[in-house]
Amino acid sequence: MTLRGDLSVIAQLINPGARVLDLGCGEGDLLAYLQANKDVNGYGLDVDSENIRICLEKGVNVIEQDLDDGLDNFGDDTFDMVVMTETLQSVRAPDHLLREMLRIGEECIVTFPNFGHWRCRMQIALQGRMPVAKHIPHSWYDTPNIHLCTFKDFENLCDDAGLTIIERQVVDHRYSEAMLSSFMPNIMGPIAFYRLGRGSV
Amino acid sequence: MSNPDSGSPPGNVGLVEPKSFHHPEPFTLQCGVTLPSYELIYETYGTLNADKSNAILICHALSGHHHAAGVHSADDAKPGWWDTAIGPGKPIDTNRFFVISLNNLGGCHGSTGPQSVDPATGKPYGPDFPNVVVRDWVNSQAALADHLGIGRFAAIVGGSLGGMQALQWAIDYPNRVKAAVVIAAAAKLSAQNIAFNEIARQAITSDPNYLEGRYADENSIPDKGLGLARMIGHVTYLSDDGMGEKFGRELKSGDLGRGSDVEFQVESYLHHQGQSFSRIFDANTYVLMTRALDYFDPARESNDNLVNAFESATASFLVVSFTTDWRFSVARSKEIVDALIAARKNVASAVIESVHGHDSFLLPLSRYHEVLRSYLARIADEVGS
Repeated sequence: MTLRGDLSVIAQLINPGARVLDLGCGEGDLLAYLQANKDVNGYGLDVDSENIRICLEKGVNVIEQDLDDGLDNFGDDTFDMVVMTETLQSVRAPDHLLREMLRIGEECIVTFPNFGHWRCRMQIALQGRMPVAKHIPHSWYDTPNIHLCTFKDFENLCDDAGLTIIERQVVDHRYSEAMLSSFMPNIMGPIAFYRLGRGSV
Repeated sequence: MSNPDSGSPPGNVGLVEPKSFHHPEPFTLQCGVTLPSYELIYETYGTLNADKSNAILICHALSGHHHAAGVHSADDAKPGWWDTAIGPGKPIDTNRFFVISLNNLGGCHGSTGPQSVDPATGKPYGPDFPNVVVRDWVNSQAALADHLGIGRFAAIVGGSLGGMQALQWAIDYPNRVKAAVVIAAAAKLSAQNIAFNEIARQAITSDPNYLEGRYADENSIPDKGLGLARMIGHVTYLSDDGMGEKFGRELKSGDLGRGSDVEFQVESYLHHQGQSFSRIFDANTYVLMTRALDYFDPARESNDNLVNAFESATASFLVVSFTTDWRFSVARSKEIVDALIAARKNVASAVIESVHGHDSFLLPLSRYHEVLRSYLARIADEVGS
């Protein structure tokens, strides 16, 4: 099977046999791939009934659990890697969740849409409207994205929370690293990709 | 999908005939008592495939029995208790699976139990039928599987007390269970749950016709007590909202202003449930089954550590719970799921929105059935049926 671009970037970072938790696992593509190719012990959390049905059909360990209810049912160091792709912006308490991810997991990978992308900046500056773009497709009134942030915002949060950024990538929707993005990531990159650890590296 | 009939509308298993399995050798129960032999009554639906890999065992709950699907005669008023879920094209698809459903040891629908004659006395066992626990059921079910030539079940499926049997199977016979489907169950009963069971037992044993359990010898039936036990149980199987929706404060008869002969719909319903149950169920079996529920606690042997209790299991688990089930709440299912994850077992879970309380597991709720169907279709693919 071929993985969506972002997921294959993540899959490369996960060791064979690892214990993986995918927060907001969607249709379970990443976990299905990791189970088949890396023999991981993986679980995904989701609340969407259609996603859960698809995960069950794929044989993915999907657990019906709302991220806003917290992760305190998982013990410290239960996982090697906790993954959350494009979900951070829609949870109630992103700061708390990040800390929890690094309590239950040794490392985590977080991706989110960049609110500092030039298209967003242009829409606010020129039109005076809340941005709607390919990577942030919802109108302000019906968006699940209640905590949009820019790369800079996110890195400030990591600083405050004492989380270490092990790796940062800026990617577009095909998850290729565009040249302009690496030049001015906070403006040119639509999707942020962070690999985080505890304390200092 | 290898299912040739997928896409056609679900059908029924049709006419079924109960069969009997006679275990001729002595069978020692966990309590230490040895039964000289025993019978299990069971039914099967669907066809066992050539490599015998497509068998599903259905484990029944407190008041269930072997007749889970189909009808016994063309003019049967009602099909088996889980007919909505078992059949061709249904979530437990008999086009793909060979489904076995039995009446557990200690039951009152044909398997050896309190109503059977004790060969030592020539009289029914009655209250002297030995204590049976979930592990005894699993051991006797394993003997039935041997008899049918089934080495490994594609799935063991059960709701409530049936879900406990699925858990016990996965722990005790890891090589014989590919998947355990644990619905509206718990890894052990809460104090409140045991309390409800004790009230039910007290209702039975304090009926003057109970005669210390020897009512059969005197042609007596403790129907009032058993009916009351069932009424108590029934209230705990429904939710407040579900009862409100079904009955509200509607009157069956009388007038609120008049007093004494007032009867609310809900009262009438409970009386009916109690009375009809007391005609078909055996009081000693009810006491025995509630005790088995109370005693179930697989973590007990692992220093009360459920994670360690699951260590031996190799099955994949599906754990399903219902939002308004307060007898076996979502939190109880979560305990099972969390322990399985901590034990690094394969587990999936679904929490089904329903107003019907614990009873939900018997109802054809669309998302619930969709979850079962999706999960079991995957299992069928994996065993190649």
